[in-house]
Amino acid sequence: MKEHKNILIVDDEEVVINSVIKIASFEKYSIVGVNDASTAFKKIDETDFDLIISDIMMPNIDGFKFLAELEARRISTPLIMTTGYSTIENAVQSLYQGAIDFIPKPFTVDEMISVLHRGIRYCELKKTQKSGSAIIVPCPAKYFRLGYSSWMNKEPDGSVLIGATDLFVKTLGQVKNVEMYFPNGILIQASPGIKIVADDDLIHQLFSPLSGTIIERNENLMDDPALLEKDPYFDGWIYRIIPTEFDYEMKLLIPCSSDRI
Amino acid sequence: MFRKISLKLILIVSITVIAIIGVYSYFNIKSQSDVLLAEVERHAYQLSETVKNSTRYEMLLNQQEHIDAIINTIGQDPSISGVRVLNKEGVIIYSARKNEIGKMLDKHAESCYACHTENKPLERLPSKDRTRIFRTNPDSSRILGIINPIYNERTCYESDCHVHSSNAKILGVLDVSISLKEVDEQIRYNEIRELFFTIISISVIAFIIGFFVRRWVDKPVKELVKATKQVSTGILNYQIKELGEDELGVLGKSFNNMTKKLDETSQQLYQSSKMASLGQLAAGVAHEINNPLTGVLTYSSFLLKRTKDKPEMQEDLNVIVRETMRCREIVKGLLDFARQSTPKKSLIDINEIITRAITVVNNQLKLNKIILVKEFDTTLPKITADANQIEQVFINLFINGTDAIGQDGGTITIKSTQISLSPKGITQIKNAVCAKNHSLMDANHKISGIPSVKIKVKSNSNEGIINIDPIYGNHRNYFGISLANISQLNLACPTCDLTLIDKNNKCPECGGPVYKIPIANQGYIEGCASFKDNWQHWEVVDRAGESKFVQIDVTDSGCGIAAENLSKIFEPFFSTKGQKGTGLGLSVIWGIIDNHNGTISVQSEIGKGTTFSIRLPNNELIRHI
Repeated sequence: MKEHKNILIVDDEEVVINSVIKIASFEKYSIVGVNDASTAFKKIDETDFDLIISDIMMPNIDGFKFLAELEARRISTPLIMTTGYSTIENAVQSLYQGAIDFIPKPFTVDEMISVLHRGIRYCELKKTQKSGSAIIVPCPAKYFRLGYSSWMNKEPDGSVLIGATDLFVKTLGQVKNVEMYFPNGILIQASPGIKIVADDDLIHQLFSPLSGTIIERNENLMDDPALLEKDPYFDGWIYRIIPTEFDYEMKLLIPCSSDRI
Repeated sequence: MFRKISLKLILIVSITVIAIIGVYSYFNIKSQSDVLLAEVERHAYQLSETVKNSTRYEMLLNQQEHIDAIINTIGQDPSISGVRVLNKEGVIIYSARKNEIGKMLDKHAESCYACHTENKPLERLPSKDRTRIFRTNPDSSRILGIINPIYNERTCYESDCHVHSSNAKILGVLDVSISLKEVDEQIRYNEIRELFFTIISISVIAFIIGFFVRRWVDKPVKELVKATKQVSTGILNYQIKELGEDELGVLGKSFNNMTKKLDETSQQLYQSSKMASLGQLAAGVAHEINNPLTGVLTYSSFLLKRTKDKPEMQEDLNVIVRETMRCREIVKGLLDFARQSTPKKSLIDINEIITRAITVVNNQLKLNKIILVKEFDTTLPKITADANQIEQVFINLFINGTDAIGQDGGTITIKSTQISLSPKGITQIKNAVCAKNHSLMDANHKISGIPSVKIKVKSNSNEGIINIDPIYGNHRNYFGISLANISQLNLACPTCDLTLIDKNNKCPECGGPVYKIPIANQGYIEGCASFKDNWQHWEVVDRAGESKFVQIDVTDSGCGIAAENLSKIFEPFFSTKGQKGTGLGLSVIWGIIDNHNGTISVQSEIGKGTTFSIRLPNNELIRHI
């Protein structure tokens, strides 16, 4: 069923490249590993890749510069950022700069497989969107989003609703189940906030767009996980939270109004 | 020599006193001697007139023997050093000293020159110029001489003796000289008395000034100098004892205030530099370890996938995967601790977590011949906590206990219980705000390691800051301003100045004003605004009743911790294990428990063992916001 997909992994650690190659090969993707960003550009010139995985901390050109350079060269291949220095700042920064995903090291095989699946699906969706055969509902204009995956909307009472974007939900395939935190749980920006199990049994983690305390969760989602797909921006909300670092964290979110220009 | 302020002050005051008393004494003595001399002069003039008048009759009769006798008698008085009469030519014709009679005096002799300084003799000499003071020789006492000219009168030239012609205007001179010995003695006595008085007053003034300068200047200055020296040697918290209420006292107080602030700042600096190096260390560790961990984790979980048909391998591989995952969480925890971020919480069974921790260290415990005693309360409720972090806490505590016990074996007892505590003394004020929603929390001023509640105090013209203890019911408040002698006091938000005083309420204990501080989503906390008593009331928390805690005691029969180290063991990089430890273990534990709003305390006795008591709250709902 799977088409032949090309993946490029850029990391200065051989063991990481080997690990990712092993996982990707297991999933029947073809994958090329390089040790630094300049070699990566050579490979990109030679081959057409569907997905790039890049480390942040690399000698000479780091992950962020690599991402910026890709954009400058108008290479639209989606990029997933990874790093051993897995701070929230790095995660947020990656997503803000245009990486489609962030996976902290060390990762398990399942985590990497989920991320790869989403990345490949993202790539496919973007292609079909261009050809007009798929409709991806954009966020309402007053919403803000973290990367392409989660959204937030401030309610009049000061609380904030958060949820998953249509694009993110579509990258998962069919939603089978969701696992949520209880009220009073604490969310941290760009850290996993909800586990979504897809019909292929892969577990996907959605990053929270803001840090805060959960005051309410959408119980309807527990009964009907498909709500996420049906109405991701309204009835399919996930948590209502009281944000803790609202003003600071808002600067790292992308206004959804910018998607419509 | 004169490096001391006190000596300088005494010196300058003494010089001033000497100058003033000196000038005063000089004029005093001068005026006294002038008065004395004038008196003597008047007396001499009277005497001279008396002599002149008493001899007048004899002169007219030209009875020279009588005159001689009178002059002699008068001259015998000891205070009169000489009486003589000179004629117009300057010949001494009568004198109390017989050997002088007949001598001719030069016009320049001291008796004569008053009139004869000019070539033409004066006829009338003003009476004040008639006296002269001289010494017969340099060693003798002074003598006052008075000249009394004898004028020609009608009776003189018409007398029967016809000695004088009518042409002469002056017939002769009566020269009386009086010894000034007594007067001089009197003057000298006065001088000595004056000098004595001067010396006494200077000494008394110097003594009094010295005494008070020493008391008011010398001692405080010495204390201040000592204090600055102490501070310069690094003892930043040196406090000066009370120096009184004057300017130096105020200086001392502000010095104390300064050293206090300095000490706090340096502590904070020390703490933050420790945190910074801890952060760097964590970043380095994270980056270096996470890459190889990626290999271990992917390859082992990969193997797990490939060996689904071999259950015995699955079991082992599961341990590898699980423990590698824990490594990942530990590294992440290290980063989180360095960043003081919040834990990822879920409902956990603490007994289960402890059992998990025991499985990890079980081999090590067996190797060290340690008997593990579990006293679990099986009815324990589940609590909201980060399972991985709590597991890490217990693993660290077990390893510490094992190290403390050493090679000879011993016991580690783990006891879990449920306790109830009054909300006072344990509930933390985490989000105090003013009515305009400005946060009052002050992370820069921590009380017992927790950010305090900062409010502004305004009274009369004074303004200051009070940091209220963030633990409800505790009163380790910090007063940046003294509240003594303050009548009209107002507490306000430091950001917007909005008042925090509740005018409709009075403190039930002292009847004074009451502050009412909103706590985000948790009602209000009220308390005595004059801080005269410890009344505090937090309706929402009090209504919730006693808080339930899960307490876990980990007791080892090890070597114990020395009393002086007990306060330091939770500090980062404090270690007694030498090369073996990083000094991070207990500080990480403290950070984790603190992030869970729990407390950790330690009791220890050298040679007997150590007990770590951890309390974790289980009613998260109220305490968490």
